[in-house]
Amino acid sequence: MVTVHALILAVAMFSLGLVGLLVRRNVIYMLLSIEIMLNSASLAFIAAGARWGQADGQVMYLMILTLAAAEVSVALGIVLQLSYRFRTLDADAFSEMRG
Amino acid sequence: MLHLLWLIPALPMAGFLSLALGSFLSRRAIAWIGAGSVGGAALVAGLIAADFLRLLPDVTSYRQTLWTWVSTSGLSVSLSWHLDPLSLVMVLVITGVGFLIHLYSTEYMAGDEGYRRFFAYMNLFVAAMLTLVLADNLLLLYLGWEGVGLCSYLLIGFWYREPENGAAAQKAFIVTRIGDTAFAIGLFILFAHLHTLSIQQVQIFAAGAWPVGSPMAVTVTALLLAGALGKSAQLPLQVWLPDAMAGPTPVSALIHAATMVTAGVYLIARLHALFTLAPPVQYAVAIVGLLTLLIAATSALVQRDLKRALAYSTISQIGYMFLALGVGAWSAALFHFLTHACFKALLFLAAGSVILSLHHEQDIFRMGGLRRQLPLAFWTFLVGAAALSGVPLVTSGFYSKDWILWAAWSSPLSRYWIWFGAAVGTVLTGLYSFRLVFRVFFGPQRTAPGPGPGLAVAVPLVLLALFSLTVGFLEVPRTIADAPLFSRFLSSVLPATPSLPGMDESVEAGQQVTISILSLLGIALAAALFLPRPAPADRLSQWPGVRAITALWREGWGFDRLYDAAVVRPWLFVTRDTEDPIDRGYTALETAVRWCHRGLVATQTGRVRWYAATLAMGALLLLGLFALWTI
Amino acid sequence: MEWLFYIAAAVALTATIRVITHLHAVHALLYFVVSVLALALIFYLLGAAFAAALEVIVYAGAIMVLFVFVVMLLNQGPLTVEQERRWLSPGIWIGPSALALVLLGEVFVIIAGGGLGSADPVPIRPKEVSISLYGPYVIAVELASLLLLPGLIGAYHLGRRRAKERG
Repeated sequence: MVTVHALILAVAMFSLGLVGLLVRRNVIYMLLSIEIMLNSASLAFIAAGARWGQADGQVMYLMILTLAAAEVSVALGIVLQLSYRFRTLDADAFSEMRG
Repeated sequence: MLHLLWLIPALPMAGFLSLALGSFLSRRAIAWIGAGSVGGAALVAGLIAADFLRLLPDVTSYRQTLWTWVSTSGLSVSLSWHLDPLSLVMVLVITGVGFLIHLYSTEYMAGDEGYRRFFAYMNLFVAAMLTLVLADNLLLLYLGWEGVGLCSYLLIGFWYREPENGAAAQKAFIVTRIGDTAFAIGLFILFAHLHTLSIQQVQIFAAGAWPVGSPMAVTVTALLLAGALGKSAQLPLQVWLPDAMAGPTPVSALIHAATMVTAGVYLIARLHALFTLAPPVQYAVAIVGLLTLLIAATSALVQRDLKRALAYSTISQIGYMFLALGVGAWSAALFHFLTHACFKALLFLAAGSVILSLHHEQDIFRMGGLRRQLPLAFWTFLVGAAALSGVPLVTSGFYSKDWILWAAWSSPLSRYWIWFGAAVGTVLTGLYSFRLVFRVFFGPQRTAPGPGPGLAVAVPLVLLALFSLTVGFLEVPRTIADAPLFSRFLSSVLPATPSLPGMDESVEAGQQVTISILSLLGIALAAALFLPRPAPADRLSQWPGVRAITALWREGWGFDRLYDAAVVRPWLFVTRDTEDPIDRGYTALETAVRWCHRGLVATQTGRVRWYAATLAMGALLLLGLFALWTI
Repeated sequence: MEWLFYIAAAVALTATIRVITHLHAVHALLYFVVSVLALALIFYLLGAAFAAALEVIVYAGAIMVLFVFVVMLLNQGPLTVEQERRWLSPGIWIGPSALALVLLGEVFVIIAGGGLGSADPVPIRPKEVSISLYGPYVIAVELASLLLLPGLIGAYHLGRRRAKERG
């Protein structure tokens, strides 16, 4: 039962992360919300791996971890550049590709 | 020699092709090819004429078929030439006068950058005109008909950089198109009923199939008449000819004086059998001729532009030809065509020489006193004007015009008032032609002339002057010397003019004297009004009534304004200012697409959160579908 | 030991909610660290000890620390808090919450639809993970290195402050 509940927890956290992504205008928070979503996805994988008794879940978790690490570093670099250039961290201000 | 007939249209055609494709040709080569092709055709025509005259009266026609043009069930048309006295006269005029005009153009157009283009178009025109007159069947005739219309358009708008010239060319083409369409419909009906388009056969079949005055004959001839009216610039389609003077002067001389505008006369003369089957239409021909004659003569009287005056004069003289055709004087009309071609071309070329010397000044009120400095132009113009007025006994115009008027008096198809109108026209003709002479060559000089013409201009002028004086002797009436050579020549093709009983020589002599007096009266009036300084005409034109009439006559009796209001404006309103449903359908499609586009563009906000939201919504949709599917 | 799982789950959820609603960036980050730690505990309870250790060391210990450093670098002072307050009006929660609730609902429906089966979590030891990783899933290792190298270069390049673009 725990594994199913862990799955439910993962989904709940994912949707919380989604809400955070859609609501917050500050890029930092958006990145944070994405991290939350990644985290919840990894929880889902671990739960699945535990349910079936295979190591695949944890292997996938390792991949997610690597991905999160690379993504965060690059994303934060971009955030730094954006803050230098636009002097704001408002995600809505970076909308030059409209139309 | 007769078998060389095909060369006559072929030489100018070859000239056209070489000039059109020969961008590398030098000016001399262009002049030689351009004038030479027509000259060659004239030479061949001369030889063929000599041969033909020798063969008369045993051989009255000659037919040469080149190849089959159209061959389907029901319609079989070949490219064949038909030579008989009528077409021979036309051919000799076209090639002879045409060659002189081409020769003149080698000097007149020498400074123009479109030298090669000019001669190419002129050669094409001559080829098309020869096709028209030599055609054995109506389809080939129509081909030539269209061809001359095309060349007329190309040559009127020759100096295409000026928009007015293009407008004038368009006007000419569109107005003649109206006539051409009627002509084509007439041909369709003709073919539908008689199943042939061969000119000879059409006339025979029609005479057999349609009784005189039958609706079918009237309809077909009326349509053909409409075509002739368009091409010959007669009422009501005469509005294009004055504006056509926008083209170079040789063009005006060749196309709009000597040849193309006489195509209508040729058509009616050629199909005279059809017209005699429809007396109402033949009567209409005479009426149209009379009205046009008078309207154009009055318009010519008050023109300021030298070429426009000559254009109206042309319209008027062709009115005389139509009048002749209408009263059954077929040969007289052709004779007047012959003399008119000579003196009208002469007048245009002399006018061109004057215009060129005055650096393209065409307003006669700015000319004057040129007779000493431009003697050649003066004397030749004088000869032309004399011929136009019909100065008795010495000019060709006298003989041809007198013949027409005698027919108007003596023909059973005519009425007294037709003769009277033509007689008034004679006075007017003398008046307006000598008005031009006195205004341009006498009186105070207002513009100084440049150098006189060279040889290439002088020779045609002199030759045409000579012809204008001598050609008349081809038909000397019985009251003078009785040498009806011309009518005898054409007698195998054109029937003799009918004559009422009691029209004997004394009546004819009386008529001739009257006409002579009238033409001299016109000249005298012109001398009285325009010769003294200051000209009494200037004072006369200040009177209010006279001024109003002058304004009306100057714009050709207001036909342009009438057509503009009655036809052009409503048409433009319908096409330009109302939206038709098909157009609206297309626009609706465009509006719908644009609406979708705007909708889709609205989704591209450039904001990341929005995009994330759309992602989430998409994922929701898919999950929902998945959920529905599994449960 | 099930009650431990539910406590950790509650902590994780609360911390996540606090993350997305907090006005101050650093506080939000710290709340996130808390939720990560809670999640690490859950991993351990699910028998993935190795994953739990990694979660704490790499995620909380490296990634989040990087986050904190960068946020501090960006110098978000009280003005930012004010700005966040303005941005976070109550009304803007409605749409995304609805979306998330629908999503939740759908997933619940799918889960409740059954066919998942439940079993007690089987503990997986690091040895098994490594055998699996360097056995059939060795490509994962290669991919990871492929990912990390450009990440490194990108992060270095993007993080540079170009002298001529000051101001």
